[in-house]
Amino acid sequence: MSAPASFRYVSSNRRVREDRRFVAGKGNFVADRVLPEMRHVALVTCPHPAARIVSIDKRAALAMPGVHYVLDGRELAEATLPLMSGLETPNVPRRPLAVDVARYSGEWVAAVVADTRAIAEDAAELVDVTYEPLPYVLDGEQAYDPKSPLVHAAHGTNVLLDKTFVWGEVEKDFAASPHHLSLKVKWGRSATVPIETFGVLASWDPWREILDVWASIQMPKYPDQIANAMKLPASAVRVHYDVDVGGSYGVKRGIKHTVLVAYLTRRLGFPVRLIEDRLENMRGGDAHGPERVFDIDVAFDRDGVVHSMKMRALDNVGAYAGRSPFQLGKPVGAIVGPYRIGSVQYQAIAVTTNKTVQEAVRAFGQSPTNYAIERMMDEVANHLGIDRLEIRRRNFIRPEQFPYLIPSGTTYDSGDYPAVADKAAARADYAALIEERDRLRGEGLLAGIGIAACLEPNGGNSSFEPLLNPKNTTTTWMDSCRISVDLTGAITATMHTTSAGQGHETLVATIIGEVLELDPDRVRVVRSDSLNALPSNSPVGSRMAVMLGGATFHAAQKLKAKLVAIAAHDFGIPPERAVYKDGSVSDSGGKRLTWAELVAIAHRNFHRLPEGMEPGLSVAHIMQVPTGGTLPTPDGRVQMYPCFSFEFHLILLAIDPDLGRPAIRRYVVGHDCGTVISPKIVRGMTMGGIAHGIGAALYEEFAYNEEGQLIAQSFMDYLLPSSHEVPHVEIVHHCTPSPHTVLGQKGSGESGYLGAPAVLASAVNDALRPLGITVNKLPMKISQLSDLIAAAGNSK
Amino acid sequence: MQVILNVNGKTHTVDVEPRMTLLDCLREKLALTGAHAGCEHGVCGACTVLIEGQAARSCLMFAVQAEDIPITTIEGIAPGPGELSPIQDAFCETHGMQCGYCTPAMILTAHALLARNPNPTREDIVDAISGNICRCTGYAQIVEAIALAADRLRGANRPAEASK
Repeated sequence: MSAPASFRYVSSNRRVREDRRFVAGKGNFVADRVLPEMRHVALVTCPHPAARIVSIDKRAALAMPGVHYVLDGRELAEATLPLMSGLETPNVPRRPLAVDVARYSGEWVAAVVADTRAIAEDAAELVDVTYEPLPYVLDGEQAYDPKSPLVHAAHGTNVLLDKTFVWGEVEKDFAASPHHLSLKVKWGRSATVPIETFGVLASWDPWREILDVWASIQMPKYPDQIANAMKLPASAVRVHYDVDVGGSYGVKRGIKHTVLVAYLTRRLGFPVRLIEDRLENMRGGDAHGPERVFDIDVAFDRDGVVHSMKMRALDNVGAYAGRSPFQLGKPVGAIVGPYRIGSVQYQAIAVTTNKTVQEAVRAFGQSPTNYAIERMMDEVANHLGIDRLEIRRRNFIRPEQFPYLIPSGTTYDSGDYPAVADKAAARADYAALIEERDRLRGEGLLAGIGIAACLEPNGGNSSFEPLLNPKNTTTTWMDSCRISVDLTGAITATMHTTSAGQGHETLVATIIGEVLELDPDRVRVVRSDSLNALPSNSPVGSRMAVMLGGATFHAAQKLKAKLVAIAAHDFGIPPERAVYKDGSVSDSGGKRLTWAELVAIAHRNFHRLPEGMEPGLSVAHIMQVPTGGTLPTPDGRVQMYPCFSFEFHLILLAIDPDLGRPAIRRYVVGHDCGTVISPKIVRGMTMGGIAHGIGAALYEEFAYNEEGQLIAQSFMDYLLPSSHEVPHVEIVHHCTPSPHTVLGQKGSGESGYLGAPAVLASAVNDALRPLGITVNKLPMKISQLSDLIAAAGNSK
Repeated sequence: MQVILNVNGKTHTVDVEPRMTLLDCLREKLALTGAHAGCEHGVCGACTVLIEGQAARSCLMFAVQAEDIPITTIEGIAPGPGELSPIQDAFCETHGMQCGYCTPAMILTAHALLARNPNPTREDIVDAISGNICRCTGYAQIVEAIALAADRLRGANRPAEASK
């Protein structure tokens, strides 16, 4: 690991190579791909939150010119297997189309295939489905009650997961602590909602027996899951990874969409495409995020040092189990946040309800948990009358304590939390910020300062799978890179997954350039398809800087070692005496082989290669997750992720008491993701994450009415932050390299989204505290804030 | 029905259903796939094109309504193959994007802004792009791209006429 200053290309402010095609409108998005004879799908959806499907009359739809087929759930279920579930819940089968019973409003009941999407939509309206409405449940706590209506009768309960962990001497620590405090906080149902909806195009070739798939996908083990559901060998499923994904941040999983079109193309003999419209995306696309209630008890001393915490988290995962219950598992790897909390009890509950299905959302459940932890810290500070910045300083893990083992079994790699907090406080001038808040209060505004820390676990491991499901024994979550140098000396690197705007091609080229001491612009980066791919677990869990970056680094090192070995053999010296520099290799006596000469030897002169060396210049590296490889202990302790980035958010916010509208006056964030590989990309990730977090905190909610209808199902109702809602953000950098990664890098895709909701909650509560109001629910919508302020009798 | 469209300086005669949106027509009939569908109800702005130089949502307009009106799409912005316009180059310089889905629309919106206001303040830029939702960036590097492009263009020529 080198000091940042010694890098040639890493950490330099180079352009992002992907950008050129996007500014020209030449991205390769799934909806841009057209195949001859391609037909289009539209969905028939259930209008009830729960209903028995009595009959489906397809005749009128099939009679429409241009309509080819109407597929119902029974036919599909006979031909395919249920979608894979992370937990052992065989009586909660999830299928692309409902079979006999539909379990949420908007669930897909039938699919219409037609010459155009417009005809398919028209015909979908003509499919006449008779329903018998059933009792339903929407609220998570009600669903947890054994007396509740059952979403899946055969499962016998709405509970998918209910597991309690005790790490350390929780009861003893509570008894020994002079102060206790309880709070309940709620994280509302929102998601990542990319501007590109999910889309997939599938084409079955009966002569080659291959299913070609183009999809806007961000999903580990996607080809395997399609193959499994389709009862095909995965060698018959070719997923094309060169599709540009128009935003995902976790949710673009699309297995049900893919199995649906895969079946249709096999059944009908022509390519079939499904591009969700916005309504389908928001209602039946199964792309909602966590909806979680936290009950927290905390034990602390008179100095505000927190000794123990009991957390109960109940997540309303919607009608079926995807990977969503695992979003209660990842937070185990950072369950104490950046604090020295000595013992923890954690109860994780996932329940089904008659709402849309959840999918993975940025930070995979960590952002709600971080919001809960930070609300707790604020309340402890308020309880004791200690400054909220000071209370965090008192509880931070100290820099000299790293590597630091938290009670739940994960060791944090590195960090200097007090330094980052101090830098942010200095940039904001914390004392002046307090003065400014008080001055605004004097003007009649409800002003508040928000303070929040957050840890971003990264490097993407899947240890939450064996933690929550003992039958799952996965201990690797590898990623890969292949590098080839052709006869002309040009370098081509292959990556083995799609990307959704993270700039992975730039990452790969930069690291190869760094290792080989050659201009990264000389490196072509391409993407495989799943049939010629090395293993990849896709860009989830802020893992690619660590994992793709690591695999690329090691592959480039192998290439360099091979070049050195060839030259040393030619010079007749041991490899350790040969010196690689800028693509050439020399000895101490003035002999030198250039890049072109080395390439020619490798490709043409087997007689000049060291004995046993393979000809050509192709290398690959498949990388295991650093610190990974072990199963959880019987008492539920596990090393979750390898690396931990840190952010400290500090904001000033003012609410107009008449409007209830929060306006962010100042936003400072201290950021530490170790060695920054691409400053432009890291900055964008941080800013974008903050904007996303502002949405979750103030605007975005998949709201339902009491009849079980999703009432936020367009961008008129589900409000994404525009440029007006996102303030100017000042980023203060700090660099604590990770000891586990090749360049000291850590991930950076989630911190902004982890810190922003917490800091907004902190600021809003500080602003409303003089009125005696506490807001412990996200989103904190303008209408709700203004109602609360009015009710407090202080609206002027 | 037949409609004559003037797109990026070229005239096309296309057969469309009267209900076909301009967005679908551009993408499906003319293979101009730089305009993207995001919400198809006029909120996200990903389908933005220039109609007589003004940024407009092609998902809220029928193709038949666009007859004979000069339309510019992102494909009409680059001066030549592999060559970027000053605004496109500025977006690359600041990395004013991530996934690239909203990017063509952002660039066209920036074009329309800089054509009418070569010296925009930060507030002018924020206001101009407020109808274009970007989920990736938090807008900072987009605002910087447009400010950089304005700066460079003031030092050189006015932006090429949008309908070029």
